[in-house]
Amino acid sequence: MPVLHVDAFTYGHYPDTLSFDLEPGACLGISGPSGSGKTRLLRALADLDPWKGVLTCQGLSPTRMPAHQWRQRVMWLPADSLWWTSTVREGLAPITDSVSRLFDCVGLEHTLLEAPTAHLSSGEKQRLSLVRALLLNPLVLLLDEPTAHVDTATRQHVEQCIQRTREERGLCCLWVSHDREQLNRVADSILFLNHPGGPT
Amino acid sequence: MIELGWTQVGLSALPLLGIALLFRLLRLDLDQTLLIGAVRTWLQLTCVGFILKGIFTHARWEWTFLFAGVMIATGVFEVVRRQKHRLRRGKSILLAVFGLSCAGVLTACYALVVLVGADPWWTPQYSIPLMGMILGNTMTGIALGMDTFLAGLVKNRALLETRLALGTPMALLMREQLRESMRTSMLPIINSLAICGIVSLPGMMTGQILAGNDPATAVRYQMMIMYMIATGAACGSLTTLIFLARTLTDARERLRLDRIIGCS
Repeated sequence: MPVLHVDAFTYGHYPDTLSFDLEPGACLGISGPSGSGKTRLLRALADLDPWKGVLTCQGLSPTRMPAHQWRQRVMWLPADSLWWTSTVREGLAPITDSVSRLFDCVGLEHTLLEAPTAHLSSGEKQRLSLVRALLLNPLVLLLDEPTAHVDTATRQHVEQCIQRTREERGLCCLWVSHDREQLNRVADSILFLNHPGGPT
Repeated sequence: MIELGWTQVGLSALPLLGIALLFRLLRLDLDQTLLIGAVRTWLQLTCVGFILKGIFTHARWEWTFLFAGVMIATGVFEVVRRQKHRLRRGKSILLAVFGLSCAGVLTACYALVVLVGADPWWTPQYSIPLMGMILGNTMTGIALGMDTFLAGLVKNRALLETRLALGTPMALLMREQLRESMRTSMLPIINSLAICGIVSLPGMMTGQILAGNDPATAVRYQMMIMYMIATGAACGSLTTLIFLARTLTDARERLRLDRIIGCS
């Protein structure tokens, strides 16, 4: 059984339908010009926006469980990383061994754990958001340009970290990016959303 | 009681005219607003004085209820006017009507029937001043609460959706917004309760004492009205905000800010 099953799926203003399956550990890249509905697709899959069609995670439809439980399984990681706690430690609580392992994984200094969130750079915030999401053990991670604010070296770190998590945990990903080379590296297949006619 | 004539009223406005002149000289751009406010006070209170005299003399329930209706309608207008963000399809008006009617009118009825015990219960001499004070404060509470709630959701939309995406239940997020908005809504009345009689002598009590009533009776009336005002403001704000939260979310725990005018 696929982890994520999407069939005859429509969202937003798109008349066309989408169908795909994600097996454990698979990564589907999403590409397309600005305004083609890449973020909208991720939001709809996280049940944050209305959608129509068939959507299941491990055979269960979002309508079979409270929406917040669905979002713990199929988790959207927005491109803009926002923090509502004053320190990183508060935002990642409770602190377990996984935190230091994930810090190493995404190339973050351990001292950042005590840092005030207001003083973080956008790159640090973005990687910390990835750590925050991975700590919650989602089955599917909907990544919206997860390396948009980081340099080339750190980008490789993040890509490798996600790759490792996919292999170890069977985490599935939908990876939105404007960088076709990056999608070629990280994704098993790529879905191109074509504006304005809909997905191709 | 010492009678106050129009000459004394005119003399009381004279220093205010001087202040307006001073504002003009200092170019504070407040002179016109101050004078318009003073004229509005004179006009509104003169009209209300005449109307109330008529209502008190004839003591008919129809006129009393009509006056209460006008007070509620004005309150609703003021609540909606003070909102920076408004709901589509006139839902802000519906919520304000609901909050003011439920909390304001029910609290006033409780005060009139159970506490004051006037016969008949709608006796205008009691019902109109009591309802005016309760509705006025309930209106302020609802307006502040709604404005804080709506502004908070619009401003923190991205943050709230990030938290929703991480699996935070909508009920928890709404409870946080509700707590913040209720605090803003209740702050004026909580301050009044805390300083009442120490920093300021409330208007109703002062009025009764000036009219020659026993200060002990005036104090008891004031206590009753303060508790009723706080109850009305709390119930009105809470019910309005709960319905507002329900309007701006859906069964799938999504934020529905598209139900606010100007939001998508």
